[in-house]
Amino acid sequence: MPPRDSLANTFLVSFVLCVVCSLAVSAAAVALRDRQEMNEVLDRQRNILDASGLALGEFGLPANRLSVDQVGELYSRVQERLVNLETGDYDTDLNPADYNPADAAKNRDLSVDVSDSEFNFGSRRREKVARVFLVKNPKTDEISQVVLPVRGQGLWSTLYGYLALRRDLETVQGLTFYEHGETPGLGGEVDNPRWKSQWVGLQAFDEEGNPALAVARGSAPSGSQHMVDGLSGATITGNGVTSLVQFWTGPEGYQKYLEKLAVELSSAEGDGNGNQ
Amino acid sequence: MATSKVGKVLFGPIIDNNPIALQILGICSALAVTTSMTVSLVMSLAVIAVLACSNVAVSAIRHYIPGSIRIIVQMVVIASLVIVVDQVLKAFLYDISKQLSVFVGLIITNCIVMGRAEGFAMKNGVFMSFLDGLGNGLGYAAVLMFVAFFRELFGTGSLFGVTIMEMTRDGGWYNPNNMMLLPPSAFFLIGFLIWALRAYKPEQIEEA
Repeated sequence: MPPRDSLANTFLVSFVLCVVCSLAVSAAAVALRDRQEMNEVLDRQRNILDASGLALGEFGLPANRLSVDQVGELYSRVQERLVNLETGDYDTDLNPADYNPADAAKNRDLSVDVSDSEFNFGSRRREKVARVFLVKNPKTDEISQVVLPVRGQGLWSTLYGYLALRRDLETVQGLTFYEHGETPGLGGEVDNPRWKSQWVGLQAFDEEGNPALAVARGSAPSGSQHMVDGLSGATITGNGVTSLVQFWTGPEGYQKYLEKLAVELSSAEGDGNGNQ
Repeated sequence: MATSKVGKVLFGPIIDNNPIALQILGICSALAVTTSMTVSLVMSLAVIAVLACSNVAVSAIRHYIPGSIRIIVQMVVIASLVIVVDQVLKAFLYDISKQLSVFVGLIITNCIVMGRAEGFAMKNGVFMSFLDGLGNGLGYAAVLMFVAFFRELFGTGSLFGVTIMEMTRDGGWYNPNNMMLLPPSAFFLIGFLIWALRAYKPEQIEEA
């Protein structure tokens, strides 16, 4: 062994240390990867079940208190599809298992500029192809809801969530955020079940078909079809939520897809299979 | 004699020589993660694990570490341990790891870990270094739990997520103190804690 402070020993110690530490880190990463990926998938499924109200409706519990089996059972009703937001058609070329919308939004070939200046994404690019979730009625196999991923800037952070629409594609079934960094107790109250319940049954569009959902400043006007109460002390988060729901239900969001889906659903009913 | 030394190394950092209250180290995460007791507890356990393991590792190789790169060596050991802890949390406590987000990674820069490696583990045996890591981790945990107790109780009316005082926005009577949910409230709480501690043990007061 060379003397402790010699150049040779310095190289030797740093080399051995780097090898040992990298082995430990890689071993942990490889050994735990399957479990971590399972957690991420489960987390996403739970959030979709919350947004669509399936978890509360079937088991009377929020999805994070359901067992893995219960989540799997409910999620079997959900079908994942990729949608080209430019045309509103389903995209069948991409493999839904591999496609990651968050990566696509960063890739210039797979995303487009957002022209709506009101809306702030952070990056101002939106992916061309998005993933949507169709919830089917287990008895009749008809589409009963569509769950749309949404995101937008709050005060401190980007809010990521799901907006669920009922079969008429106009009535809101629910809005949940699964990731945000807003102030707990203020903007973080977007997670409050009481506040979230106000979204249920609202109309997403006004008479002219324009996006109309909004968070009011203070209390929502009584009898409003489009507004929920503001969160006290969280004006900027509220404005962010308003802007993101309007963007994603608007022409740069899912509007083209929703129009085509509405035609598809009404023609299916026209065939006489429309027993609800 | 031997037992009193073990006791001193293990329990000394909790009140007599608390890393946060006396040395004012590592308060960044004490401000950030203390809005909920559950999250604080997991953070404390993560810090205890990293501190004890890094002290053991650094102490075990202390005779081989060249003086010129000793800080980098300690840093590499600590960083590797923190990554492993982060991976374990993501695999087994996914919800809490989401709430802790970057703060697990920031244990790397927590001055307590580095301070104990350089200040104690480089000069002492493996077993004593392990106890020192454990003791300082417990001292850190004690302050975190103290701060989290008040912040969660007065900020959201609950402890460990169990409602103690029903909040007005959920239909109860308690109007929560929103300041408790913001990081500055932890400054006040740590300030009061240090005040109380130094009133009880005047020898902790520095010379002006």
